[in-house]
Amino acid sequence: MTDLAFTERPAAPPAHAEHAPPTIPEFEIVPRRGLIAVGVVVVAIVVAIAANKLWPLMFLHVAGGASWTILDLFLGLVLGPILGSLSVPARIEFTTRLMPKMLLIMPTVVAMTLAAGWQLGVHEGTVLTSYHNHAWIVASFIVVGVMSVLALGLLEPANIAVLIELKKPRPRPQVIEKLMKRFIYCAGILGLMQVATVVIMTKLASS
Amino acid sequence: MSEIEEPRLPPVTELAMASLALIVAAGIYLSAHLPKHVPLAPAVILLVASVALFAANLAALARVRDFAWDRFFAVAKWSLLAYLTIGGLIEYAFLQNHLSGGPLVVLTLSLLVFSLHVPTLIGFTVARFEVRTGLDSA
Repeated sequence: MTDLAFTERPAAPPAHAEHAPPTIPEFEIVPRRGLIAVGVVVVAIVVAIAANKLWPLMFLHVAGGASWTILDLFLGLVLGPILGSLSVPARIEFTTRLMPKMLLIMPTVVAMTLAAGWQLGVHEGTVLTSYHNHAWIVASFIVVGVMSVLALGLLEPANIAVLIELKKPRPRPQVIEKLMKRFIYCAGILGLMQVATVVIMTKLASS
Repeated sequence: MSEIEEPRLPPVTELAMASLALIVAAGIYLSAHLPKHVPLAPAVILLVASVALFAANLAALARVRDFAWDRFFAVAKWSLLAYLTIGGLIEYAFLQNHLSGGPLVVLTLSLLVFSLHVPTLIGFTVARFEVRTGLDSA
């Protein structure tokens, strides 16, 4: 995995700024405007479950699941290594722009996928023991269960802790490095686990 | 790179993840048997074990000197609001599908423990890196 240290790979600063701490741009830990979009999605989930119609449930489950898979794969396997190779100021700027958005996007996308997916499974009878591919459904529960423990136990806390550290008057590079490593490693593992989810879902959709 | 200064801490993250895994296992066990009648004992054992680990974790954390409880609660309260909302959404889906009786009680309690766990983990991860008076070497 690439080096994520904020101090060990400095960009080429002007000579007079060699020992100056990198500038941290102003940012909101929780983007307030994004909460409106989150609210809209939550209402859409509630309405879709209450209506119990195939199309809205399918839309929310597939749109949420595709977003979740793509984000995990892209973040863990593409953006993570790129982030490690950026200069310190670029890494800080990128982190302060990306992480607040991830803080809202990931829980929303996960809740949308799982809640709509469960209701869709009930609607179609695929979560019932009578379903001919029940073993694959249980396998998907297990994969999602492991992914949720990793995401909720390691990834989400690291995401928030990085942002709070960056908001401090004197953020500690060691803390940010440690947390970002945890975040990127975890996103990488989740990305690989998403491959298992894709295998299961395509098997279910094609049988 | 220098080591990060922080008080000696119990393995809060590890224990919380183990406890979270027990809750998730209970949920998978119950969900995998629907709509058949399922013996609740395994799910109840997993739930009780999860609550016991969670309580032991909090007790161990409470004994840490100079822990940044102010920062812990400042972060945990908003996370609790968020995860209660998510837990409520899942509970709503259960009720909408007419889940009732023992499985509903076990799943509701599991959701409650889940909704407490995540804020605890987030609060701990943030607070452990809070520099307290007397610990800051800078």
